[in-house]
Amino acid sequence: MAEKVLMKGNEAIAEAAIRAGCRHYFGYPITPQTEVAAYMAKRMPKIGGTFLQAESEISAINMVYGVAGTGKRVMTSSSSPGISLKQEGISYIAGADLPALIVNVQRGGPGLGGIQPSQSDYFQSTKGGGHGDYRLIVLAPESVQEMADMTALAFELAEKYRMPAMLLADGTMGQMMEPVELPEENINTVDMPWAVTGTEMKREHNIINSLYLKPEELEQKNIERYERYKVIEANEARYESFMMDDAEYCVVAFGIAARVAKNAVVAARKEGIKVGMIRPITLWPFPKEALCAAADKVKAFISVELSMGQMIEDIRLATECKKPVELCNRVGGMIPTPEEVLAKIREVKGGSN
Amino acid sequence: MVVFEKPKSLTDAPLHYCPGCTHGIIHRLVAEALDTLGVEGKTIGVAPVGCSVMAYDYFACDMVEAAHGRAPAVATGLKRAFPENVIFTYQGDGDLASIGMAETVHAAARNENITVIFVNNAIYGMTGGQMAPTSLPGQVTQTSPYGRDVTTAGYPIRVSEMLSTLDGPEYIERVAVNNVKNVKAAGKAILKAFKNQVEGKGFSLIEVVSSCPTNWGMTPQKALEWIDEKMIPYYPLGVYKDKSAQKEEK
Amino acid sequence: MTTQLLLAGFGGQGILFAGKFLAYKGLLEGRQLSWLPSYGPEMRGGTANCSVILSDDPVGSPIVSNPDILVAMNLPSLDKYEDAVVPGGMIFVDSTLIERKVKRDDVKVFYIPATQLAQAMDAPTLANMIITGKLLSESGMRTDNIEDSLKKVVSAKRANLLEINLKAIRCGMEYNA
Repeated sequence: MAEKVLMKGNEAIAEAAIRAGCRHYFGYPITPQTEVAAYMAKRMPKIGGTFLQAESEISAINMVYGVAGTGKRVMTSSSSPGISLKQEGISYIAGADLPALIVNVQRGGPGLGGIQPSQSDYFQSTKGGGHGDYRLIVLAPESVQEMADMTALAFELAEKYRMPAMLLADGTMGQMMEPVELPEENINTVDMPWAVTGTEMKREHNIINSLYLKPEELEQKNIERYERYKVIEANEARYESFMMDDAEYCVVAFGIAARVAKNAVVAARKEGIKVGMIRPITLWPFPKEALCAAADKVKAFISVELSMGQMIEDIRLATECKKPVELCNRVGGMIPTPEEVLAKIREVKGGSN
Repeated sequence: MVVFEKPKSLTDAPLHYCPGCTHGIIHRLVAEALDTLGVEGKTIGVAPVGCSVMAYDYFACDMVEAAHGRAPAVATGLKRAFPENVIFTYQGDGDLASIGMAETVHAAARNENITVIFVNNAIYGMTGGQMAPTSLPGQVTQTSPYGRDVTTAGYPIRVSEMLSTLDGPEYIERVAVNNVKNVKAAGKAILKAFKNQVEGKGFSLIEVVSSCPTNWGMTPQKALEWIDEKMIPYYPLGVYKDKSAQKEEK
Repeated sequence: MTTQLLLAGFGGQGILFAGKFLAYKGLLEGRQLSWLPSYGPEMRGGTANCSVILSDDPVGSPIVSNPDILVAMNLPSLDKYEDAVVPGGMIFVDSTLIERKVKRDDVKVFYIPATQLAQAMDAPTLANMIITGKLLSESGMRTDNIEDSLKKVVSAKRANLLEINLKAIRCGMEYNA
């Protein structure tokens, strides 16, 4: 077993990306993710890689698009307002069926918002974000260890399914340090006959493109993409189940909210309340089946979020509104305390007796 | 004896451009440069948004279609991934000098080792003839129906002059394609811009003053004359920056 | 066992550094831990605080809202966090910079004139490590790995600072009012 080191979440992402073979990083400074860029700026020149501070987030994501077309591993990172700027490029990457990693270390919004942690980009990340019909694979780490592990996983899934993947973290995850066992250097990649590499006069030219002026053709492209999405929904939904065996109430939370909620679940168990937690690890595909199955067993759900209630809509859809879903949230950079979540658990239990 | 043939770096796809449009000539000049240098097999081109959006079907090398204005950023990504390959962008005036100005200026400032072909016809063609950043004062377009009023719409941007003030770029030249002499000079400039890249010299941009008979509302012949009468006086032809030549002089 | 620490003061007082030292110490002991800084637009002079959790079990929330141990290096920090400390907890006060006394009587309080002691040993920026030294000796944490832990946080390039940091920690450990 490798030695554990102490690292910030942002740094763990950067190091894990390098170990996953990523040699191209394009970014633009924004709090609270700048450590990713700083780490890359230090390391990339020493390993023959590219670190480039672009003139804008828009340029950065288009540089990502350029490298993605060559089939090489590439990433960018930013925080909420910067991710909004990248949406155009992300739509093109999705439309051209290219793999790439986009990291969003979220902060409060809308607008310039604040710089404290938030999860209010849930809709943007899981429902498309830019224009057109498309999805991102969205991974939501809850620890520095998962920041590292999911960076490697994101590259692999993106390449396997030829689509952009997003690591959706928040300011707390990015800034906190925890012991982390860094993944071994490992580059599981796939053949990419579609990549632009120069024809070497040995094949027809490859074209990286998302323009289809014939509606029949564009419709077909979209249908094919959604066939692929179906496979992903069937195979790649990931979640953690915590104390759910005999649970009568189910907390649903991801990322930092899940960390807080875990404390509350443990505390509630000590009071004799049968509560557990389902933590979505992939936000798209959303772990619908696990939640739907839980809906047959529990009396109610509590969605703990750092937003005005975004994931709660997916919980209601997944559970087909079979059981009530309550919201426990703080926004604007505030984080609920375990006591607040515990109070909500007590309240929901009281209300359903 | 073959006296005339299509450059190998062009595909057989029929061009969709309007009658009298100069894009065809400029495509040919680019393809001839690739043929001359023998680099088609390691070239990746970046197509813009605008009339030449489907240039990816016409060039036989690998191609990437960029979002509007982003071609230099996409090219930067490609060049960083494959420094030994030849990377070029092909962009119009709206793409390069309006929505993509930041990408243009910063790629030049970085002296990114790419070749940029900038087609300046002073109008947005594909969307039907709107005012461009390079439309002339008084020029009538769909969105300047009373003529470009510089007090409200501002002045045209002289891209070559502006970029030549930067320390970064290697080579900036403005050419035109409205007569045989100018076309020959344009071909030479474009070849040099690609040669610079192969030699690792850095960012080369060739601004090609061209015409848009359809949206200018002129016959092709009249449009070529208008280039001489109106365009070139505002956009003088010539070499605006040549770092290697400057070094040799010293 | 889980210990939740909150260190708070002005930016530039080395709050995050002291927290990192405690975190690395936990790492060397093979414990579970988290270190979470406050972050803001100001690089110097604003308020800074840092949550450190050391535990034998996986750490849940990394945010310390009710510390077992509070280190207060300025008055705003004491005002803000005094009431949050768990009953029976500890508060370490830099008494050079904080003139008032702790109001609560259900916590153990240690007053250390850390800033003054630091100036006296000609290391004005090391009040943080002096107060950390006192924390180590009073909280029953292991003290056999102080130097090894310091080596993890003092970069190799600035190894000359190791000795003075060590001296500051010892000064705090030995201080008795």
